[in-house]
Amino acid sequence: MTKSKPSRLLTGLMVLYLVYTLVPLVWLVISATKTQDDLLSTPGLWFGDSFALFSNIKETLTYNDGIFLRWLGNTLLYVVVGAGGATLLATAAGYGLAKYKFAGRRAVFAVLLGAIAIPGTALAVPTFLLFSKLGLTNTVWAIIIPSLISPFGLYLMWVYASEAIPFELLEAARIDGAGEVRIFTTVALRLLAPGVVTVLLFAVVATWNNYFLPLIMLSKPSLYPLTVGLTQWNSQATGVGANPIYNLVITGSLLTIVPLVVAFLLLQRFWQSGLSAGSVK
Amino acid sequence: MGAGVTVKGNKMKSFQRRRLLVAGTTIAALSLVLAACGSGNDSGSGGDTKQQGSPAAVDEALKAGGTITYWSWTPSAQAQVTAFEKAYPNVKVNYVNAGTGNDHYTKLQNTIKAGSGAPDVAQIEYQALPQFALPGSLVDLRQYGFDQFESAYTPSTWAAVHAGEGLFGLPQDSGPMALFYNKEVFDKYGLTVPKTWDEYIAAAKKLHAADPKKFITNDSGDAGFTTSMIWQAGGKPFSTDGKNVTINLADEGSKKWTSEWNQLVEGGLVSTIPGWSDAWFKALGDGTIATLPTGAWMPGVMEASVKAGAGKWRVAPMPTYDGQPVTAENGGSTQAVLKQSANPALAAGFVRWLNNGDGVKTFLASGGFPATTADLKAPEFVGKKSAYFGGQAINEVLTGAASTVAPGWSYLPYQLYANSIFGDTVGKSYQAKSGLDGGLKAWQDALVAYGNQQGFQVNG
Repeated sequence: MTKSKPSRLLTGLMVLYLVYTLVPLVWLVISATKTQDDLLSTPGLWFGDSFALFSNIKETLTYNDGIFLRWLGNTLLYVVVGAGGATLLATAAGYGLAKYKFAGRRAVFAVLLGAIAIPGTALAVPTFLLFSKLGLTNTVWAIIIPSLISPFGLYLMWVYASEAIPFELLEAARIDGAGEVRIFTTVALRLLAPGVVTVLLFAVVATWNNYFLPLIMLSKPSLYPLTVGLTQWNSQATGVGANPIYNLVITGSLLTIVPLVVAFLLLQRFWQSGLSAGSVK
Repeated sequence: MGAGVTVKGNKMKSFQRRRLLVAGTTIAALSLVLAACGSGNDSGSGGDTKQQGSPAAVDEALKAGGTITYWSWTPSAQAQVTAFEKAYPNVKVNYVNAGTGNDHYTKLQNTIKAGSGAPDVAQIEYQALPQFALPGSLVDLRQYGFDQFESAYTPSTWAAVHAGEGLFGLPQDSGPMALFYNKEVFDKYGLTVPKTWDEYIAAAKKLHAADPKKFITNDSGDAGFTTSMIWQAGGKPFSTDGKNVTINLADEGSKKWTSEWNQLVEGGLVSTIPGWSDAWFKALGDGTIATLPTGAWMPGVMEASVKAGAGKWRVAPMPTYDGQPVTAENGGSTQAVLKQSANPALAAGFVRWLNNGDGVKTFLASGGFPATTADLKAPEFVGKKSAYFGGQAINEVLTGAASTVAPGWSYLPYQLYANSIFGDTVGKSYQAKSGLDGGLKAWQDALVAYGNQQGFQVNG
């Protein structure tokens, strides 16, 4: 393999893209240091007259009896139970579909592809009517149950399990007398780990950013996740009795993305190996 | 981790069933969507299931007590609920802020469609009232004798809480339009306060020529503003009896308005900063936007959120076409009782207290602009000097506006939908800086088509 010269054009394009990606983040961080008055009177991409980051954070956490913390807790609950559950289900199901032969496998595959093709947003209203009949709207289950299903995660785990686990290994384990459950937990899961992390990250991001479903399902602010709560704060700036609190919306948004950034940094290693696995076979 | 995973493993067999269940759910959901597309307008509960009430039933219900749920986003709602519960200790009100404007209506509409989960009492803007009242989702309050309160309210707000024959709420606030202007900018550029729209356009040209960064006002296409301006020009583009709808956005009043406003839009004399954005709040403070023709509730918003404008702004009556004072309503809400309510008499009692009882005091204390004639006439209200407006007794102008609202206006029975497509039709004319008549025609065509789909008989 010859060593190729770095292309100036490509480097330039990447730098442009980097700037494009980072500018909103920079704006968010700078804006979070401004008071409501400074936000409206100083240029967006530089600091204002005062440095109000800490008072903004304090006010964000205490506004309306600390409802922000409640929303943060709700989001964490939906993410841990919803995304965690979705990952477990997708992993187990993907493994099962990849490694066991049984009738109806093709049907499952067809339904699965169909489910990936339909965006969740399109199903939100029908799901609402369905849940309303079951009396589940305005409860945490209205968010958690739909979050448990991740067709894309299942598909990913199915493909990943087909590639990552050799049948010979399962045969060997069976000959050694291990039960199917034990094979799954002690042999398969370890081999699947990079895939599991990938699916987990997808599910966490999807649940963390989930907006439309909770918007429709929930009418109690005490059950809102951060996305819906922050939008409610933002729309406070509209119409009769408008009471804009942009500084809190911005600071709240900053606080909202911090956990996701941390999750990505921590799980990055697995994520990369997960994406590239299977590409060389 | 191991334990958790083992449990998962044991459940693996039942997973197949679950997956099928999900598939079934998906199909069921899909057919629901299709059904919803086919059936058109759901006329709600249907049939005559409404309870017959009486004025006495309301007093009895308040005495007996109970629990009701109240959805609202008005700033005074929490304080009002607290005061109400103090006055009626037997009654518990679950106050819920389910969202502002469209978020609130989407949820309300969903609960109505689902047949459960709706609040007992909900805030509904005047423009949205027909949409909920005409399909039968709200309780007609005449059965509780609320029609006797007519004289307590301004004629325009009293008309706004009616749909068809029925009375579906009591007015909470009102928004008679006036011209808010930045005196500092006016003085600097030698502008005089316009009495007619011709003078207003002349001022717009003078200001923009003197400083191209300054605009007489902002308007990037806002359905609420456009309908109010047509209202002020004497237009009556919408009329309905609940089944038949007539739309004419090219009537005399509409044309009167576009003949003036087109000059501003085509000449690039209005700023395109969208209302209620952070840039807009900024522009109100730094003089970029010199005037705002808007509702009488604006002072509270400015005092709280446009601090940089303190001392600079004043209020004048709306410019008119012939110099004779006339204005329109912009914004404003009522509280209505939902048909789903298990205790409509108690809910009606809460509405009565809110908007025809002590609730009005709490509302006024929060800086709201009332719909009740007694409060609009009270000398301490009319004569109150506002420091923000340079010591001007602004309510003299604003209460004057409240008594000169043009009569006979009504909104569409699907006004929220109409507002939501305004940007795709009239908004395009704004973007192209072309005459608005073409955009209004496109809006009308879309509204006629939609109305017919929804089961109305629409003439347009």
